[in-house]
Amino acid sequence: MHTARKLAASSVEERLYREFGDTLFVSQSCADQIPTLWVDRENILAVLTFLKPHFCMLYDLFGIDERTRSCRDNQPTADYTVVYQLLSMRRNEDLRIKVGLSESDLNLPTCVAIWPNANWYEREAWDMFGVTFCGHPNLFRILLPPTWEGHALRKDHPARATEMGPFEMGPERVAREQEALRFKPEDWGMQPKEDDHEYMFLNLGPNHPSVHGVFRIALQLDGEVIIDSVPDIGYHHRGAEKMGERQTWHTYIPYTDRIDYLGGVMNNLAYIQSVELLAGVKVPDRAKVIRIMLAELFRVASHLVFYGTFVQDIGQMSPVFYMFADRERLFGIIEAITGGRMHPAWFRIGGVAQDLPNGWDKMIRVFIDSMPARLDHYDKMAMQNKILKERTVGIGIYTEQEALEWGITGPGLRATGNDWDVRKKRPYGGYDQFEFEVPTSNNGDCYDRAELRIEEIRQSLKIIRQCVDNMPAGAYKSDHSATTPPPKERTMQDIETLIHHFLNVSWGPVIPAGEASVMIEATKGINSYHLISDGSTSAYRTRIRTPSFPHLQQIPLISRGLLIPDLIAIIASIDFVMADVDR
Amino acid sequence: MVEWTPVLLALGILLGGVAGAAILTWWERRLLGFWQDRHGPNRIGPWGIGLVVADMIKLLLKDDWVPPFADRAVFIFAPTAIVVSMMMGFAVVPFAPDMQIVDLNIGLLFFLGMTSLAVYSVLLGGLASNNKYALLGGLRSASQMVSYEVFMGLSLMGVVMMSGSFSLVDIVAAQSDVWFCFSQVLGLLVFVVAGIAESHRLPFDLPEAEHELTAGFHTEYGGMKFAMFMLGEYLGLMLISCMIVTLFFGGWMGPDLLNEWLPPIIWFAIKIFFVINFFILLRAAIPRPRYDQLMSLGWKIMLPITLFNLVVTGGVLLWIEETV
Repeated sequence: MHTARKLAASSVEERLYREFGDTLFVSQSCADQIPTLWVDRENILAVLTFLKPHFCMLYDLFGIDERTRSCRDNQPTADYTVVYQLLSMRRNEDLRIKVGLSESDLNLPTCVAIWPNANWYEREAWDMFGVTFCGHPNLFRILLPPTWEGHALRKDHPARATEMGPFEMGPERVAREQEALRFKPEDWGMQPKEDDHEYMFLNLGPNHPSVHGVFRIALQLDGEVIIDSVPDIGYHHRGAEKMGERQTWHTYIPYTDRIDYLGGVMNNLAYIQSVELLAGVKVPDRAKVIRIMLAELFRVASHLVFYGTFVQDIGQMSPVFYMFADRERLFGIIEAITGGRMHPAWFRIGGVAQDLPNGWDKMIRVFIDSMPARLDHYDKMAMQNKILKERTVGIGIYTEQEALEWGITGPGLRATGNDWDVRKKRPYGGYDQFEFEVPTSNNGDCYDRAELRIEEIRQSLKIIRQCVDNMPAGAYKSDHSATTPPPKERTMQDIETLIHHFLNVSWGPVIPAGEASVMIEATKGINSYHLISDGSTSAYRTRIRTPSFPHLQQIPLISRGLLIPDLIAIIASIDFVMADVDR
Repeated sequence: MVEWTPVLLALGILLGGVAGAAILTWWERRLLGFWQDRHGPNRIGPWGIGLVVADMIKLLLKDDWVPPFADRAVFIFAPTAIVVSMMMGFAVVPFAPDMQIVDLNIGLLFFLGMTSLAVYSVLLGGLASNNKYALLGGLRSASQMVSYEVFMGLSLMGVVMMSGSFSLVDIVAAQSDVWFCFSQVLGLLVFVVAGIAESHRLPFDLPEAEHELTAGFHTEYGGMKFAMFMLGEYLGLMLISCMIVTLFFGGWMGPDLLNEWLPPIIWFAIKIFFVINFFILLRAAIPRPRYDQLMSLGWKIMLPITLFNLVVTGGVLLWIEETV
């Protein structure tokens, strides 16, 4: 067992040891160099409370089922682990706190009072692992249906429908499921009536034109004024994290495309960088620049969808068609390069799938040359429109402090004046070689969030132009042994490389045991994959931290006292996709 | 020229109104498609005009369903009310000299009365559906349409003062020198805005507000009952256009020098065409204000403008009378 003091990397850790004594903590080393400390359940609240002033954001909270894990190094014994990942923006530092729990006594105190965004994360951990958070205000299921039996991410829970009994949806079951979906205000501490008047409860979604997929929000209304609201998610849950435990490292890549389904290969990047960190793969320069170029193209595509739908939700009918036409031209480029459109699954462990096709740069140049003028045109048409301003300026405001408390990242955070962009603060995958600015604005309202994204489109175009102008020559894939599929040139001459190729294609590479997560600035905020390898051909645990999940959680906070049309503007300005929330 | 009997004309308006509304649905979609960089309906028949027929077949064959939780009688009555009242409004429109079903001496008031009745359709449809979204739509429509009625009526009083009559034929005749769109520019402005609010089309389609209330007052409607609401909406659009042309753009009269070139009915049709296209352009271009913003626009801006217009028009008329 490591003695913790020796590994104390930062001053906060040292102060932690001084406050609580270093016997309390067990340090674990992770491939991503993030300090990771084990604490016992009795002290967790005290430790988290102590850490709160030093770490502005609860970045992630999730569970691990440790029962069948073999490579645990010297970690304390535990059947289940709850992981808190904290982020300090001021010091640009992370800290992981882990609590081990035994199967027979699966509970720990809630930390909702310390970080309000823990609410949904703790519900998720309960839903997936059955960990009870004592004192949690509404510890209901969040992603799975309320009638679900078992906890899906436990290792003994089946992963495929064929491992379960036949599914029947008789009238009785339909009635039961429907009854379970009925919104009961009392469960959420709402009063159905007050004094002499009754409130109306309106069920907005999951099928409603403006909720961008299958998001449901139950509203408590007085006339059209929103008194309170309860967001309900999980209708888009597809068990992506569970899939990660069954697919090989390589065959999981296409699943990631579909998490933030507007972000395309941007999702690959978050996943693959964690895998490469675990395996120690060095990516060649050309592959790095190709990745950045494709990722930025997808950022433009995603922001164009945001722009169009945002304006459409305000009630302006036409702009969305112009933005979608631009996005269509962009997909033409992506199709020419990757063969796919929305979900190319084109990044590979150690590089990308293929080299760029002949003439790729001409197509991109035509696009990036024409876009700025078109954006100016859209600006006049939509953003300068007086009615649109009336509808969005001063609506849905949150402050920087609130944003951090609720785990908001990306453009939603930068609209409050905070300039935290992972591409600048922790340049990953070669972003330090590029010149671009991080736009910020100060009001934190719907209008600012939209305007900021439009400026981001311009910055992305700038990055893409630098990629086109300075594309390095060389390999598009690493020659590391974990690279998948491995280079094929010598397979027919050499038995060693043939065997290697055969195994890597049929079983996939074996990634060394360890834990790692790498943050990226995805289209909607910070995205990362916390991967745990048990030294086999697939992940032991895949935890996907998506930006949209916490963004939805704070909707009730900013929509109180506003009208239904304001809520629609807020939903539109957040820019989420439900697959990114529910995974 | 053929002697038009009122009965024949009434029949013509009934058929022409329905056919016109049907063709408008196609025209609007084509025009929107053109403005929005896309094709619009272009598959059935020349320029996709066959889509009108296809739509009709579809709507006619749909299950004529009444939700079990709705108030059945009112639910069925509501969509007919808007069509009937809008159709009635056409009775006083002078399409050309001698081409009018009835020249009432209170023609303008009759038109205002009929459009007011159309509010009941939306209101009752929203209430009878027994659906929360429809209820909100109905509530919005009640307050929106009732308040815009006020400005609509008042904005026309300038025209009435200048022509000295409520009869639409007299009003057209009074414009033989100068169209009222020049002298009554404020009245025109308010009337157009109130007209959109009255026919609840896109910038002011708050009772419907797809993005907020799914489909508002007609959420529960389908098949022919839904088609009746659409028919009513397009009839309303045509009626408001007829009124704008009659009251402000000289009705069936062409511009002075060109007047003899085309028959009056053609002049009337050309003008209507432009006004309708203008309404479609508005739909394509402008976002939807919030409900309370629409109301404050009405009471804080529209009402003072109308009153100002009324006072100035009256004052100028009196001054002219005294000096002459």
